[in-house]
Amino acid sequence: MLNRILASALVLPFMASLAHAQEGDGIDQAISNAIAPIVNPIVSTVFYSVPVFGTQFPLIVGWLVAAALIFTVYFGFIQFRGIGHSISLVKGDYLDPKDAGEVTPFQALATALSGTVGLGNIAGVGVAVYLGGPGATFWMILAGLLGMASKFTECILGVRYRNEYEDGTVSGGPMYYLSKGLSEDGKAAFGKFLAIFFSICCIGGALGGGNMFQANQSFAQISGLFPVMEGKGWLFGIVMAAIVGAVIIGGIKSIARVTEKIVPGMAILYVGSALIIIIMNIGAVGDAFSAIITGAFAPTAVAGGAIGALIQGFKRAAFSNEAGIGSASIAHSAVQTKHPVTEGYVALLEPFIDTVVICTMTSLVIIITNSWVPDSGVTGIALTSKAFEANFSGFGYLLAIAAVLFAFSTMISWSYYGLKAWTYMFGEGKAKELVFKAIFCVFVVIGSSMSLGPVIDFSDAMIFAMAIANIIGLYMLMPKVKALLADYHQKLASGEIKKIK
Amino acid sequence: MNDVLVVGFDDTEQAHRAVAFAAERAGKTDCSLHLVFVVEWSPYSFHTPEELAERHKRREEELERAHSLIQPIMAKLKDAGVSATCEARHGHAAELLCSIAEEKKACQLIIGRTSGSSFAQRLLGGVAITLAQVSPVPLTIVP
Repeated sequence: MLNRILASALVLPFMASLAHAQEGDGIDQAISNAIAPIVNPIVSTVFYSVPVFGTQFPLIVGWLVAAALIFTVYFGFIQFRGIGHSISLVKGDYLDPKDAGEVTPFQALATALSGTVGLGNIAGVGVAVYLGGPGATFWMILAGLLGMASKFTECILGVRYRNEYEDGTVSGGPMYYLSKGLSEDGKAAFGKFLAIFFSICCIGGALGGGNMFQANQSFAQISGLFPVMEGKGWLFGIVMAAIVGAVIIGGIKSIARVTEKIVPGMAILYVGSALIIIIMNIGAVGDAFSAIITGAFAPTAVAGGAIGALIQGFKRAAFSNEAGIGSASIAHSAVQTKHPVTEGYVALLEPFIDTVVICTMTSLVIIITNSWVPDSGVTGIALTSKAFEANFSGFGYLLAIAAVLFAFSTMISWSYYGLKAWTYMFGEGKAKELVFKAIFCVFVVIGSSMSLGPVIDFSDAMIFAMAIANIIGLYMLMPKVKALLADYHQKLASGEIKKIK
Repeated sequence: MNDVLVVGFDDTEQAHRAVAFAAERAGKTDCSLHLVFVVEWSPYSFHTPEELAERHKRREEELERAHSLIQPIMAKLKDAGVSATCEARHGHAAELLCSIAEEKKACQLIIGRTSGSSFAQRLLGGVAITLAQVSPVPLTIVP
């Protein structure tokens, strides 16, 4: 019933404006025009750029990569030393059979991955290669490898400072470690400020990258395949909003359950197809890698040269794997573990799978099929689709289904992240939660109605802004993580924590 | 009095018959019973973030429910003078029953036959068929 009310509340204003604007384009344009003045100032603040070697360098990208580098060095290249231990933990080698039924490390990883593996891996890589050339791939991989250390840090803190409620539910994430962690050091007020700042950005990020970007890019793929849908973004948005609403408001678990089953299958199918294309063109792989390396340091057809490639690679990597952003820490906090450090080891696999494996696959396919044409206007998911179509005609349809499903599962994850930030600020309660969920559904419609530019800028801005508060907190809390790490390895050495299998 | 009969119990009609059969055996052979209630669960299933956050609570509820189903039958066994213990665990039914049978050094494993005879269950075998193939101790399937 609630859904029906919500759906009609959503549909009515659009129906009314439809009567005025004969063509769908009119509605899309009207929504774009209405949003742009609100969005643009936010975007230019977050992406405040300085000129470096004649190209604009957004400070926020440097902020993320510098943090990842600092954590990498501070924890002694943990992502390379610890990866064996990570795999052993995910396999369940350290699980106590008595804890069967609790959230396993594998499940926490899978859920966090389903929130990050999404359109960033398909469309985002298309944008990076279009603007940054093949060389962007190199910087993307580097940022992915470094980002593993950021995720390690934030997920340990997420578990360490989570709230465990009387009824057995848990809540964790940056808002909790920022406020609780810093108050231990007598910086309660500053911690609270960071937590609130993070929460505001998290809500924006949930509505932007976790929602509008997803809706927008999956619609781009649909309308590319079915010209009849062109300009009907609002229609696609209403259908999508109704399904999202059915799950997050109506609590219809069966839809979520179906998606959760299909999404991993789609991911395997996607990576499998990419692998097949790579194997079919195995002769071109060498050239592709040399294009990646050359492009990383001395590109010719890219605005801003090597720095341009670097910026695009770093930006897309950060947007895809969300390391340093703090979002994954929310999903990882629910795990059952004897020590918070185990979750850090598990979480560091995320940027590896997401960026180093999946994103690299996408970009290799684009490069070896020679689909990248500078200044052609073919970017984002259209570029990726073109690359896959070059070998498998009809792959575009599969990609459209994958895009919609990825988008959907990412939306479900981000609706939860946003909701947690929302309840952190406004308190828990059915009515308060409903307000956020309703807003979330409205943004699905807005997202699919806007042209790519403002949407992508807004999503980037809000998601990156989360990193401002999160990383300040991570710097202040990293000695605590180091102490936890030492404690963990001491317990591992003494046999207090031991392998079961 | 050392021998243990491990009985799989899930509150179905077949399971009740299995317990009745096991109780009768126990009475005759001076064995004790160990009732096992398995909540089907996989460490590899997928959850939404919301389900993760509620998982611990759900687990407690599932175990509570399992115990509430197993308690009446435990009381009945006690009245009948059969010595019995019980546990409720999460996991894969056949795997868990096997490992518990080994752990308890059981002399026999007793289960009810799989309920229903749908095509899917025949195809996938169900717990009874799996146990018939992998049980480490003698197995009785009560129809």
